[in-house]
Amino acid sequence: MRVIQTVQRPLILLATVVLAQVLLLAVQIKRGEVRLIRIAAVWAMTPFQSAGTSLIDSVGRTWNNYVSLRETRQENENLRRELSQLRLRVAELESRAAEAHRLGALLSFRDLNATTPLLPARVIGAGAAETSRTMYIDRGESDGVAKNMAVITPEGVVGKVVETFARTSLILLITDKEGGAGAMLANSRTQGVVRGTGEPLVEMRYVINDQDVAAGEQVLTSGLDHIFPKDLPLGTVASVEKGNPFKLIHVRPAARLDRLEEVLVLLTHQEIPGKKEADTGTKAPEKKP
Amino acid sequence: MALRAQFEQNIEVHKYAWPAVVGVAFLAVVVRAFVPKYFVHAELLDLPLLVTLYFALSRRNPATGLLLGMSIGLLQDGVSHVPIGLYGIAKTVVGYAGSSIGGRLDVDHPISRFFLTFCFFHLHQVTLELIRRVLLAKPEVFFSVRLLEASLLTAAVAVGLFPLLDKLRKRT
Repeated sequence: MRVIQTVQRPLILLATVVLAQVLLLAVQIKRGEVRLIRIAAVWAMTPFQSAGTSLIDSVGRTWNNYVSLRETRQENENLRRELSQLRLRVAELESRAAEAHRLGALLSFRDLNATTPLLPARVIGAGAAETSRTMYIDRGESDGVAKNMAVITPEGVVGKVVETFARTSLILLITDKEGGAGAMLANSRTQGVVRGTGEPLVEMRYVINDQDVAAGEQVLTSGLDHIFPKDLPLGTVASVEKGNPFKLIHVRPAARLDRLEEVLVLLTHQEIPGKKEADTGTKAPEKKP
Repeated sequence: MALRAQFEQNIEVHKYAWPAVVGVAFLAVVVRAFVPKYFVHAELLDLPLLVTLYFALSRRNPATGLLLGMSIGLLQDGVSHVPIGLYGIAKTVVGYAGSSIGGRLDVDHPISRFFLTFCFFHLHQVTLELIRRVLLAKPEVFFSVRLLEASLLTAAVAVGLFPLLDKLRKRT
């Protein structure tokens, strides 16, 4: 009898624990998030992630400052900062000058930039699941970050905010299986949707087989998802195949998602000024959130 | 009690200070979330699974094994964009199974550690996939070359990591 009890008790405990977690999953499916557990886990983890990032950055800076040429490093950092700003400026100037290869998004991005606050943030860690493509930044609710805000870099779209906490936020990258954005081909302005696959390349869907798409063509945001401003760089077409019923298009993201260190959060859910206003040169009165 | 003492006499059960267990488990999840930022390929290594498996095999107590697995799994869920309970259930199963097998096999030999880690990695992945398919209706591939690489890497790291964790054992 005692032998049986010795064997049964762990089995009963196993069944109880597993059942409790299955119920927890069911609650989340039905009602949504279980914030309390997630808040506790993030609260426990992010100080270590921030501390680790600061420590590694400090060690890296010390190494670079005292082993490398100090002035050269500082000049390099200044040049990188200036290069990022110049990229934005060059993209803005290109969009005015060229019709075929201009990036209309950069003009809209310039306009958006003038009226919309951009919040720089540092990447401090990633999600702990190998199947999710997420990252944590060191900005949260106290900085004005809210869910579904777009996250970008000067090179292109990164993703959107899916969870916010007091001083940190969780970003879902466009390469995640649940990530994506409204998209369009730069040349033909054909609309579609870009969806993540968990791999480095994303898929552009709902482009009919009759549509001409060439490798190397730019893919921009369409703005129809009301998260990412229109005409921002999403990526370039890496491969195109005929599919059923739509083309199979793989896109290489414009932003270097495997080497993100700093990003920009668009701190607004305001509507983006329409094309009509850009054509007439007038500006619509700002809508208060 | 007499039966338990007799059981533990025949099988060597290792004891650990609880702060060491909690600290190592927590550190494993922190490193898992942090290191891929600097080394992308570190995503292949499932450090929380290794820690769960190590303490399950060494402690050889199914109750503590499954509870530790549950805790590590829930913490991993909490900092990932997955439903809470996904990795919790998978590591609960691994913790229980590891503790049960730990009492029947020699788990201190490097070859057995490699083989067991390899097998439990795939048990973990099968459990995850079953939950995704049955409970979440989000099926993914059951097997891929990437998973095989991850399992081999994790098993290889176990051979080097477990002897380091052996130093945390309480001396009897």
